[in-house]
Amino acid sequence: MEHKKLNLTLKVWRQHGPKTPGCFVTYPIAVSPDTSFLEMLDEINNELEKKGKEPIAFESDCREGICGTCGLVINGQPHGPIPRIATCQLHMRNFKDGDTIYIEPFRAKAFPIIKDLIVDRSPMDRIMEAGGFISVNTGSVPDGNAIPIAKEIASEAMDAASCIGCGACVAACKNASAMLFVSAKVSQFALLPQGKPERYQRVEAMVKVMDEYGFGSCSNTYACEAECPKGVSVKNIARMNREYFMSKIKG
Amino acid sequence: MVKLDAKVPEGKLEEKWMNHKFNMKLVNPANKRKYNIIVVGTGLAGASAAASLGELGYNVQVFTFHDSARRAHSIAAQGGINAAKNYQNDGDSVYRLFFDTIKGGDFRSRESNVYRLAEVSNNIIDQCVGQGVPFAREYGGLLDNRSFGGALVSRTFYAKGQTGQQLLLGAYTAMNRQINLGKVKLYTRREMLDIVVVDGVAKGIVVRNLITGEIEKYSAHAVILATGGYANAYFLSTSAMNCNATAIWRAHKKGALFANPCFTQIHPTCLPVHGEGQSKLTLMSESLRNDGRIWVSKIKHDMRKPNDIPEEERDYYLERKYPTYGNLSPRDISSRAAKEAVDDGRGAQGKEAVYLDFQDSINRLGQKVIEERYGNLFEIYETITGDNPYKSPMKIYPAPHYTMGGLWVDYNLMSTIPGLFVAGEANFSDHGANRLGASALMQGLADGYFVIPYTIGNYLAGDKPTMVKTDHKEFDKVKAEIEEMTSKLLSIKGERTVDDFHKQLGRIMWNKVGMARNKKGLKEAIKEIAGLREEFWKNVNVVGDSNDVNQCLERAARVADYLELGELMALDALNREESCGGHFREEYQTKEGEALRNDAKFAFVSAWEFEKAGKWKLNKEQLKFESVKLATRSYK
Repeated sequence: MEHKKLNLTLKVWRQHGPKTPGCFVTYPIAVSPDTSFLEMLDEINNELEKKGKEPIAFESDCREGICGTCGLVINGQPHGPIPRIATCQLHMRNFKDGDTIYIEPFRAKAFPIIKDLIVDRSPMDRIMEAGGFISVNTGSVPDGNAIPIAKEIASEAMDAASCIGCGACVAACKNASAMLFVSAKVSQFALLPQGKPERYQRVEAMVKVMDEYGFGSCSNTYACEAECPKGVSVKNIARMNREYFMSKIKG
Repeated sequence: MVKLDAKVPEGKLEEKWMNHKFNMKLVNPANKRKYNIIVVGTGLAGASAAASLGELGYNVQVFTFHDSARRAHSIAAQGGINAAKNYQNDGDSVYRLFFDTIKGGDFRSRESNVYRLAEVSNNIIDQCVGQGVPFAREYGGLLDNRSFGGALVSRTFYAKGQTGQQLLLGAYTAMNRQINLGKVKLYTRREMLDIVVVDGVAKGIVVRNLITGEIEKYSAHAVILATGGYANAYFLSTSAMNCNATAIWRAHKKGALFANPCFTQIHPTCLPVHGEGQSKLTLMSESLRNDGRIWVSKIKHDMRKPNDIPEEERDYYLERKYPTYGNLSPRDISSRAAKEAVDDGRGAQGKEAVYLDFQDSINRLGQKVIEERYGNLFEIYETITGDNPYKSPMKIYPAPHYTMGGLWVDYNLMSTIPGLFVAGEANFSDHGANRLGASALMQGLADGYFVIPYTIGNYLAGDKPTMVKTDHKEFDKVKAEIEEMTSKLLSIKGERTVDDFHKQLGRIMWNKVGMARNKKGLKEAIKEIAGLREEFWKNVNVVGDSNDVNQCLERAARVADYLELGELMALDALNREESCGGHFREEYQTKEGEALRNDAKFAFVSAWEFEKAGKWKLNKEQLKFESVKLATRSYK
């Protein structure tokens, strides 16, 4: 539109499949500062397709920062340089003319690369399936207002529940730990009266699967909270550790 | 012609669902494990159906093209979910929610379905609370409500600006529990490409494994499609990038009638288009209209900054035209009013945009209160546009958002193909010609938690369908057809990209089948879309191959379907010679420019039967209104 285009050099990780070696490929581009980061990749892909070349494989869906599908490491940071947004919400006005930008997939032992910038994050779902729920059947519940919940507790549960399951916490952590992700769900349910009856089985089951998939442990660097697009707090990790400890005592 | 039987139960409106539940046949609990049910889609409708059916004891196989079931686009709904709890003591009731929904839909929906929706709305809230959905609460610990467009009561429950996310995660966790218990099997990264019909009955589906490219076959006793709407036919919409119509469209081509395709919702509060490279549009929750005032300058081509335009030179056009509902007028009316203002040359600084202004509310309530209510939405706005909405008004403009039309279903949510059920936005059932805000979440969950689990049992116990094996010749035939279509797409190697075609289709749809439609434009659209479709099959360039991750191929197959569906949307709009809800025909309006319905001729559901691309036969389901009186919708 009215703004002058930015001339950028992109270094994008290309890798044909999980077993083939990958490398950075350079793409120069001139882009409007009003464009979003992913729209910039769309533009490159459109040019590649015009030439009959394979576009860069990357995932995104809602492009509003809520579905958790997108996730790129941009210049070494999951979701890029701006705090508290997902990759899809990053706009090019945050870059300068002449910048070189490195674009990589999320890297973690538990997230094998599928193609280019797409990784397999399904272990996160396996953890959820192990215990991330409250066991109520459809139709079996009391009236919504039967159990009052203090506003502060509901808000705290909501803050934990705002996790979008993108995996940036894992990608940011030097140990590739999923503690922030898991603790967000554990906390949400441990805080609410509806979740209390199963709190200890829940945390044990989820932590067990988390360990099985090779996610690392937490060494308190807080990198996860810093890169979390929803600002989920590391306080949740402390709460999960407490829940886990209690589960062992209560056995 | 197909004989349409809506199977609406006898009896008084408020007794229909109760009676029907009693009269329905039941499957013996011990026999439920002998039945296999396929659910396609893991949004609110799909996940809630899969969870509830698993709980009942059925074997459920659920499919999503996402990497995780949690990513379905229900997650992006911001504002809230309606229910007739009347917790606010402001005069709400099941009947009022029913009436508001029928009226909001401009009297083009089935009374019985809408009443049932209002009836089960309260159970949904209870269910979600029980699952641990952290709804907003008041200081006394009870659930909080807010108002939404088209209603004069506060009946909308919400979880910050992330209600869809929280409700979806509730359904997702309920489904995860069933996965854990072995009752639900989840297949991710699978795109449904066709249904398999044997002797006229739905018996399974064929999907593409998006990682290996393999075409896989799955069979069951019944199939549920919960695959969402088709707003991406416009290219630019608030739908997610991967939302598509392929599942319902392929089912349509196999015999399921498509109802009211022209009933599309253009949402009034979205961010305006920034340029050519735009990939999608972002919605700003309608809840903002609780405290934001919409206006444009009274002067044409006014290029001043909004804060430089004095109060007396501003036209708060919704408050002026609709004093009772004001800024909370329904979506179709608000969108059209924005278009009128822009067409009149009074768009914000000459652009296709109007202002949504919070200054009065900030002055009245303080910035802190506004921040508490809408903080995350204001942040989203600033992230995308670079402007601070606390300082100067937001710029907004309507965008395609939701599709009321969808596959035709009877009262049991079964399509015209026996054994094929359709839930959520994918069906046409409850919203008529316009959906009210916070009602999509309600309908998705109503269908999945409280309707389909009953009606599918009735089908299984009543019709006693058998299951065929996937080595049945019909499965192989469908698989071969899909493989042929794939190789055809890959072999064209033309000059234009897939997106290029999609964008051109989107422009035709937006300009001629958008907020205002007329005979001439619709006829042109039909011709242009048919021409574009022909060119697509000769000149598209789909790169890569079929035995690998190939996003270009995925998009190409979806666009191929839009190029057929788009034509049907235009045809339906041309055929419906009246204005109602989101369907505004310029030829049919009052002197004040309001929609002019024609109940004598058009109080029916158009249900289109596919013959071949570009050729459909119209079937009609006459709508009977026994409880409400047809009236001109007034929000003045």
